[in-house]
Amino acid sequence: MRPRLYPVFKYTVIAVWACFVAGPFFWAMTTSFKDANAVQGGATYLPWIQYQPTATGWRNIFGGAGGIDVIQPFINSAIVTIAASAISLVLGSLAAYALSRYRFKIGFIKNSDIVFFFVSQRIMPPVVLVIPFFYLLQWAGLLDSIAGLVIVTVALLLPIAVWVMVDFFNGIPREIDEMAMLDGCGPLQTFVRAILPNSLPGLTVAAMFCAVFGWNDFFFAFRLTFTEVQTLPQAVVALNSSIPPWWTLSAAALFGVAPLVLLAIWVERYLSKGNLSGAVR
Amino acid sequence: MYGLRRHKSMFLLPGLLTLLLIIIFPLLFTIRVSFSGWNVSSPQMDFIAGANYATMLHDSRFWSSIMRLILLAGGTVLIQYVIGFGMALLVWRDVRGRRFWRVLFLVPMMTTPVVMAAIWQMIFHESLGPLNDLLGMLGLTKVAWLTESGPALVALMTVEVWQWTPFMFLLLLAGLLSLPKEPFMAAAIDGADVWRTFWKVTFPLMAPVSVAAVIIRLIEASKLSDSVYVLTSGGPGSSTETPGYYLYIQGLRDQQTGYSGAMSLTYLVLMIVTLTVVAALLTRALKLKGHS
Repeated sequence: MRPRLYPVFKYTVIAVWACFVAGPFFWAMTTSFKDANAVQGGATYLPWIQYQPTATGWRNIFGGAGGIDVIQPFINSAIVTIAASAISLVLGSLAAYALSRYRFKIGFIKNSDIVFFFVSQRIMPPVVLVIPFFYLLQWAGLLDSIAGLVIVTVALLLPIAVWVMVDFFNGIPREIDEMAMLDGCGPLQTFVRAILPNSLPGLTVAAMFCAVFGWNDFFFAFRLTFTEVQTLPQAVVALNSSIPPWWTLSAAALFGVAPLVLLAIWVERYLSKGNLSGAVR
Repeated sequence: MYGLRRHKSMFLLPGLLTLLLIIIFPLLFTIRVSFSGWNVSSPQMDFIAGANYATMLHDSRFWSSIMRLILLAGGTVLIQYVIGFGMALLVWRDVRGRRFWRVLFLVPMMTTPVVMAAIWQMIFHESLGPLNDLLGMLGLTKVAWLTESGPALVALMTVEVWQWTPFMFLLLLAGLLSLPKEPFMAAAIDGADVWRTFWKVTFPLMAPVSVAAVIIRLIEASKLSDSVYVLTSGGPGSSTETPGYYLYIQGLRDQQTGYSGAMSLTYLVLMIVTLTVVAALLTRALKLKGHS
């Protein structure tokens, strides 16, 4: 390729991919301001020109007539995601620190095997877990409860936290531990006061992954909670029927994905600095 | 050092025990159930030895869902890798609005798969959706995207590529950003062009990250079922069913708990074996040592 044509090629490819990425959001955004007439007449794209925008869809998701209320599902999703992420990050970074700094040998099991055990749990298909979880939670009286959903979500998130944090801790020089120890810190103090403050980029990336997989989980919530606790993905999918109120569905969908999109914008600086590279080696 | 042994367990055990406790019961339960004809309506869990496994061997719907998953996961992960790597290379250096593109290209990964599948279902709608409308404007015939088996698979793959290419993009961009600068300077001094620099310098340096990213995506893609549930419900017929979705149908909707347990374990074992072999082959093909 001639060098002069390269920029043209580059920006064309970027623009095409950007349209593909943004397309569904554009469609959801315009649809959320349509009414029944604007939807049933065929595809339209431009507000004011092709159809008259209305806020019905958005009113419907905040308790308007004929809609759903997304506030309670939003709160449920937020509690489950934050609690499960927090538990996974605490347990996960403690375990990751141990695996990064100490040598374990239990019979033939070594450090790398323990790390592999954690990470291998991601291979487990949710459908293998969900029926036993159902009976386990029923036995514990936690079916259809936030606490029950938090416990099973930890099983999804803990492997991610360990995976990201082990490699991040491996990248932190051991001299930092030694300095803290010389200053009279015990192991736990060393971890809390010397290692954690140096781990914010790694913790941010791990927290982001936990938040994504926790917030976006549908299957566990779908099978293990019913009437008492409804999460946001459940609420949105419940709207998706054969003759859907597309305007309400679009508004609810945008409302449901907005928190994590904002999170993406915020954590991009950590993600793009190569902080993750340790985790993929 | 005094107390070190106690301390190192103190760090590891809370996480390890939590995961063991959460995982071990379901696994033992599923193994037990898979040797029974149990369903939710029968109170006793009988023992029928390998009858479920025998049934499974002749269940062509299960085996074709496995084959379909291999094609879907393999195909979409390959497409995701190529596009994700390409996009990461394009916005790696000297591009206007670099930060904007990076954020935009990440966004689909952050969105809920079932929720976005519902949006895609509108887009693929045969008469009211924008896709067929655009095809019509171009003078092409409309396609029954979700009600014909071929187009339905294309639709499913499109959604998967849209959702998860950002994950490849993210890992590969992080890898590119942490590469050393010297090999590129050496290549520039030798007068290597863009194409040559990529194949001789960038690609080999990125091989470990590439293998890790592909394996991670294959692991996640092998569980594909949420978007199938919303987009096509496995249809038309069973032409877009993945094992995850078929197991949901058998075990939860039709309550054939024992039978779905047998298939679950088979699916899990097949996945572990396949992924291990693929990981070993990729590692060997790219002559990596000591990398996962």
